[in-house]
Amino acid sequence: MARSTPIDRVAHRAAAATPPHLRARVRGISDRAVAWVFIAPTIALLLAINIFPLLWTVYLSFTNYRANRPNREVEWVGTRNYERVLTDGDIWHTLQVTAHFVCWTLALQVLIGFTLAWLINRNFRGHGFWTTVIVLPMMLSPAVVGNFWTFLYQPQIGLFNYVVAFFSGVDPSSFSMIGSVHLAPWAIIIVDTWMWTPFVMLICLAGLRSIPEYLYEAAEVDRASPTRQFWTITVPMVLPFLMLAVLFRGIENFKMFDLVVELTSGGPGSVTELASINLKREAFEKWRTGYASAFAIVLFVTVFGLASIYVKALNRVKDR
Amino acid sequence: MSGGWPSWLRRGPMENVATVLIAVGVVMLMQPLALAAFSWSFTVILTGTVMFLIVSHFPD
Repeated sequence: MARSTPIDRVAHRAAAATPPHLRARVRGISDRAVAWVFIAPTIALLLAINIFPLLWTVYLSFTNYRANRPNREVEWVGTRNYERVLTDGDIWHTLQVTAHFVCWTLALQVLIGFTLAWLINRNFRGHGFWTTVIVLPMMLSPAVVGNFWTFLYQPQIGLFNYVVAFFSGVDPSSFSMIGSVHLAPWAIIIVDTWMWTPFVMLICLAGLRSIPEYLYEAAEVDRASPTRQFWTITVPMVLPFLMLAVLFRGIENFKMFDLVVELTSGGPGSVTELASINLKREAFEKWRTGYASAFAIVLFVTVFGLASIYVKALNRVKDR
Repeated sequence: MSGGWPSWLRRGPMENVATVLIAVGVVMLMQPLALAAFSWSFTVILTGTVMFLIVSHFPD
């Protein structure tokens, strides 16, 4: 119980002597009411920007609404949109493209990110400088990254083709990373890996720095080899952090849109058309709003489910 | 508080079941082998997610 101040006591005495309908004005507003006054604008904004559009999308997913024909009568179609989305070969294909993108970016980012963190964790000259250099790509805007990588991938003038030509001996203008059906999926994987490996590295670095030195000292006393120390101390201790990075990047890459649109716009054909790009096309090029809403809800539930696992993993790391 | 609560209905194991359901659903959604598995993936993910939301309020 909070102790009442002299001002409170005076206010209560004055309120007791006041007619009931004026009592609230004399006492002033309560702490609870003040808290509500402060958080009400935020809650109103959240409801208007997040919750209302979500509920509206859920409603639209059960209708045949088309945003380019707002005056047409909206018909309730039940779960028909969901049935069509979940039996559509094109959507299945875009989800496979997304899976290819997510799996390879995760594998490469974890491998390179962990290796970089392991190397950076050793104290050497210029260690701070190299950390800053490695982290730089993560700080750039995806639109900027997409734009300059399209230049790097140019068959005639692109630096990437010249580097590949230098090491492999092929003619630099003989292949186009973003114009080839076979190479374009790898082109977007390379760019995403280049941009987001530093993020995985930072998380791994946090994990490596959290390992107490005495564990290694005890292993030294037991004459454990560096390889054994790596597999029995370093890897298990960093694993929860690594899992966190995998889940976080997995969710982000599942929703990937901007970088790939800037690089390939989903082409050539539909070999780099990720789920979110297909969703945008259904909603704002084909104007099948109800159908696109059902697809959006499928993706939302998937991301929400993955986010639940993410929160669970986060709590496990916190408990350590 | 949770003395009469069945041990198999505790938060930890039930969350693990929900997590497995979500993971299996995501694999079904993105696999290239069977369209039928893709069609049922949403139901599995939704079941796992709703289950996760419910069981996260169970006692530890």
